[in-house]
Amino acid sequence: MTQNLTDLELAAPRRRRRPRVTSLAIGGTLVAILLLAALFAPLLAPFDPNAQIISARLLPPSSAHWLGTDGFGRDLLSRVIYGSRPTLLLVSLILLLTIPVGMLVGICAGYLGGWTERVLMRITDIFLSLPNLVIALALVAMLGPGLLNGALALALTSWPPFARQARAETLALRRSDYLAAARMQGINGLRLMFGHILPLCLPSAVVRAALSLGGIILSAAGLGFLGMGVQPPTAEWGSMVAEGSKVIFDQWWVAAAPGGAILFASLAFNLTGDGLRDRLDTRNAN
Amino acid sequence: MPTDSTPLVVADNLTISSAAGVALVKNISFTLGRERVALVGESGSGKSLTARSLMGLLSPALHLQASTLSVAGENALTLSESRWSQLRGSRLAMVMQDPKYALNPMRTIGWQVAEPLKLHARLSRAEIKEKVCEMLDAVGLPQPAQLMQRYPHQLSGGMGQRVMLAIALIADPQFLIADEPTSALDHAMRDQVLALIRRLVEQRNMGLLLISHDLQQVSEHCERVMVMYQGNILDTLPAANLPQATHPYTRTLWSCRPSKATQGKPLPTLDRAALEAYREHD
Repeated sequence: MTQNLTDLELAAPRRRRRPRVTSLAIGGTLVAILLLAALFAPLLAPFDPNAQIISARLLPPSSAHWLGTDGFGRDLLSRVIYGSRPTLLLVSLILLLTIPVGMLVGICAGYLGGWTERVLMRITDIFLSLPNLVIALALVAMLGPGLLNGALALALTSWPPFARQARAETLALRRSDYLAAARMQGINGLRLMFGHILPLCLPSAVVRAALSLGGIILSAAGLGFLGMGVQPPTAEWGSMVAEGSKVIFDQWWVAAAPGGAILFASLAFNLTGDGLRDRLDTRNAN
Repeated sequence: MPTDSTPLVVADNLTISSAAGVALVKNISFTLGRERVALVGESGSGKSLTARSLMGLLSPALHLQASTLSVAGENALTLSESRWSQLRGSRLAMVMQDPKYALNPMRTIGWQVAEPLKLHARLSRAEIKEKVCEMLDAVGLPQPAQLMQRYPHQLSGGMGQRVMLAIALIADPQFLIADEPTSALDHAMRDQVLALIRRLVEQRNMGLLLISHDLQQVSEHCERVMVMYQGNILDTLPAANLPQATHPYTRTLWSCRPSKATQGKPLPTLDRAALEAYREHD
């Protein structure tokens, strides 16, 4: 009886993987560069990001200052490298706040149904209808500017898409045979929600997170640009663009350097998200 | 705990009706012990509904009525949802039709087989792993240790059905319901899987309710047959007597199997008018 089983698939598939240039590979490399830059900023940065040399202000890119200097004579390359720190911190804080909240709300709504679902989804709709940056501005104005408040403000408007997606997937799963089969083993309630439904919803949530990170980085930079994020003199890309915009016609590099960094980070996460979507779903594997 | 002589399932005047009040299963009564019983009938005759009502998993839109419905010694009519959850898996288990849709694609085989144990028994991690290995071995899967790391999409249909069986049996239930367990498999695999179910059920001294279309199979693997038609149990007979069935419906079902003897000849079809007349005559 066993002999016609063994030769099927148990003979471990030996797959030779040719290195392919996928969006995940590119995105992952870019994200890795970003992380390394943030981690080893003190080693990588040629100058102190906050050291002001007034005699060397607004210098164009040169061999000493690769990206030039800003209005206070600070080295732009060092500031761009250091600027990745608050950005990544903000992004990870937002993810830590949005994914669990969104998944919890969505799975509860989808699984429990009835009034719970209606109430939860209407609340989600309300938050979904709030304009992202405006609410963030209002909240930061209320709580005071800063990294944590900025993250909180942006998280407040970024969780609803996760909730809606988790709910839609849970609804589709609720009638599926997997869950019927799980119920037949006596699995119920929380165990079913978090043991069986959560792992099925997680890949798409991760993909969604990676894709929305690009937007979140832009919003975070927007907050900084408006002076509501991390406070000066800490290097932060958004506020650096704001400073550069004053002299953008004569000294374009002051705004272009942090702007390029924002583009780079946003692109890195978008590519990673795209690549993850193709890879992470075991349902599409093989 | 019911002893060996007490029946595992007693249903008396069981009626299941839809929200609109249409009776889908009409007033059926049966008793199942530690034996292998088959429930056969056409599509829509109420076989699966009956089986699901024994698991307490009817859709909430359906309405169940019975003068007695006892499952594994408990009164199923008044059972709370949490008590049902305890019963399912540990006393009763069910195997579904298609392993492709019934195994969670995101979890490894080992995790899924172990889950009923985590739920119903208090065992250490090592003991669980050992039991899972034993169970996978018992259902005839080779190299259980490697298999535990695999995902459902890496298995063939026959292996998937064996995994389902392992999941159903791991917490040592007394009663197994198999809802057309072989209809997603090819012919050679069907006999293997059914023989396996039969062997395991016999070894563990369990009761089996096998829902099937295939009378040939049923006559080989079961002891008793209940024939359902439009929500009624028309006929109950020992499986060995199927070729000599007296009820006209059972006789038609038996004789309409295609075989070598019937090659080139039209198969008998069901004369529904005659059947209705026969039932009224009853």
